[in-house]
Amino acid sequence: MCGLIGFSDTAGTRHSGEAVVRAMALQHDRGNGLGAGYAGHGIYPEFPDHYAFHLIYETREALEATEAFIDHYYDLERAEALPTRRTTGITDAPLLWRYFAKPESKKLRDSGISDDDYVVNAVMHINTSIEGATVASSGKNMGVFKGVGFPEEIGHFYRIEDYEAHTWIAHNRFPTNSLAWWGGAHPFSLLNYSLVHNGEISSYGINKRYIRQFGYICTMFTDTEVAAYLFDLLIRRHGLTAEQACKALAPPLWSQIDRMDDKARHDYTLLREIYASAMLNGPFAIVLGTDEGMVAFNDRVKLRPLVAAVEGTQVAVASEESSLRELLPAPDFLWAPKAGEPVIVRRGQAFQPPVVSTSKPAGSPVGGAVASMDVLTSESEVSA
Amino acid sequence: MIGNLSHDKMNMAEADPATRPIEGYVHRAPTVTVSRRDTTAATITTAASSATATPAAPPAAIVDADHIYYRELNAAIAGLVADGVRDITLRRVNGQRYLGNGLTSPDLRLRIEGVPGQDLGMFLGGAAIEVYGNAQDGVGNTMEAGHIHVHGSAGDVVGYGMRGGEVFIRGDVGYRVGIHMKQYQSRVPTIIIGGKARDFFGEYMAGGRMILLDVASQLSGDALGMYVGTGMHGGEIYARCPVNPAQCGREVGLTPATDDQMAELTPLISRFCTVFGLDADRALAGQFTRIAPVSSRPYGNLYVNL
Repeated sequence: MCGLIGFSDTAGTRHSGEAVVRAMALQHDRGNGLGAGYAGHGIYPEFPDHYAFHLIYETREALEATEAFIDHYYDLERAEALPTRRTTGITDAPLLWRYFAKPESKKLRDSGISDDDYVVNAVMHINTSIEGATVASSGKNMGVFKGVGFPEEIGHFYRIEDYEAHTWIAHNRFPTNSLAWWGGAHPFSLLNYSLVHNGEISSYGINKRYIRQFGYICTMFTDTEVAAYLFDLLIRRHGLTAEQACKALAPPLWSQIDRMDDKARHDYTLLREIYASAMLNGPFAIVLGTDEGMVAFNDRVKLRPLVAAVEGTQVAVASEESSLRELLPAPDFLWAPKAGEPVIVRRGQAFQPPVVSTSKPAGSPVGGAVASMDVLTSESEVSA
Repeated sequence: MIGNLSHDKMNMAEADPATRPIEGYVHRAPTVTVSRRDTTAATITTAASSATATPAAPPAAIVDADHIYYRELNAAIAGLVADGVRDITLRRVNGQRYLGNGLTSPDLRLRIEGVPGQDLGMFLGGAAIEVYGNAQDGVGNTMEAGHIHVHGSAGDVVGYGMRGGEVFIRGDVGYRVGIHMKQYQSRVPTIIIGGKARDFFGEYMAGGRMILLDVASQLSGDALGMYVGTGMHGGEIYARCPVNPAQCGREVGLTPATDDQMAELTPLISRFCTVFGLDADRALAGQFTRIAPVSSRPYGNLYVNL
């Protein structure tokens, strides 16, 4: 059991993390003190074009080796310790630093790859080759703050209330079958994607080997890490929309595909075949934070909870309604998203709360076909 | 090394007493206001004596639950019950789990304003819980007796393993409602839903009765999701909506509700509508479908011939 929250303002208005910490604290008992974290998108407007690297160091040697690496490959604008404060319950905090940097232009040019790929390579290098160093986040104008503790403790420790973001995601961890350590807390992040997860990715082994072929190396001993990399692969590199990515990771069951019309059956069959090894199996609720907003979705049979609410331009999702009430005390609409149907919030676009329809089998007395591929591209199709 | 940064300094700011941790729940006894309706009563009367010729209504209490941790709230409830209070209102509830767990006083009324957390009324043995708001997951988990009435919607696994008593939800419910419900002799648990239900309604249901009305929903689409009655081998479900066999588990069969069956349901549905101020005529109109197992022991031979 874990707890999670996502919050995004479609108007791009930035909000202090304080309310998110308060809301997360209401899910205290979904965790056991062995992990919590926050990601804020839009928190570093003074450095919009620099990659913000958040680093976790277990040793001073790791810090020195990493800084030598960054110094060699990047133009560094600023390096500083992450502001923290003493907090009851937080012990054995590692060294926590952040760096605002751009790829060194000649080396980037010589590498022949995009600046984003240059950064991904750096992250993979640090995580795999520098012992005791872990990259918590590496995106622009965003950052991950995570560690071992309860969410209210981690929020206090990192002074989350000092940051303002248009999109926040938060997590309270109850590790069941993986290691509890600072790097293994959620969110997991790469470039501008941050991700929290409640549940278990039973397909982790297959997924991990699949993305290894694309240069992603899992090092953090937590299944969730693979989902963060999958979104970078599917959305940034393969150009899928957020809807398509969600449908690739949590596709309709074959029994549902069998009942679709010809086009949808064809499209979904293709999607499942192409991304067979990317599919996430097992019980999960996932929230993805991006520079664009957020995406929340469930496994296909709803084995983990997820509720959502909208109030004006603010949209929130959470494992428990209490958190929504703390964030949005007077919601316009509050609902439980359907299993496998993503909630997608995009900055600059008015959010339409889906009036969720229940998919009908063919020949249903009241007629109608199950969702077609059109829902992947047209939001309005979701409301039936 | 980067620049001239000093790494000798820990990246830990000095302790700042002015900045206290952001608190979620607080661990202290809640503020309780007890009103003694009959101030002339020398002692607190028991429920039994209050029904006699000299009615002295037992005191009522209002508890401010704002951000009070569930343990302190339940301790306050237990203390009030021990003091003879039989009408308790919790105000500003938000997310506290296990509220009303294991209460057994048949004459106790617990009113909850706000959103109670997981496992509301778990192991309930007799009280009446009234929720003025939505409920989260696990309402009436393993409940034995008593009443839970939710004036809003509820989440997943309502009535998990429920074995007695009654759960009424005015609005919609989530997934796996009535999972593992069971009955024994005169104990027949009942769940009535005023709105719609999602997939796995009555999953592994072994006893009891569920009624789905679809008269007070905020959702569009089908009243009942997929995989209805999967693994069901006891009890019965009545749904006031068309049901397709393809929506259901292979263990169940569908029949239109008979007049005799409707005669049995009518008082229950009428009472449900009275509780929530719904139109009983509308709730009773239309065809009800009965969903019940086709075999009482579908897995009887599962491990016989391995």
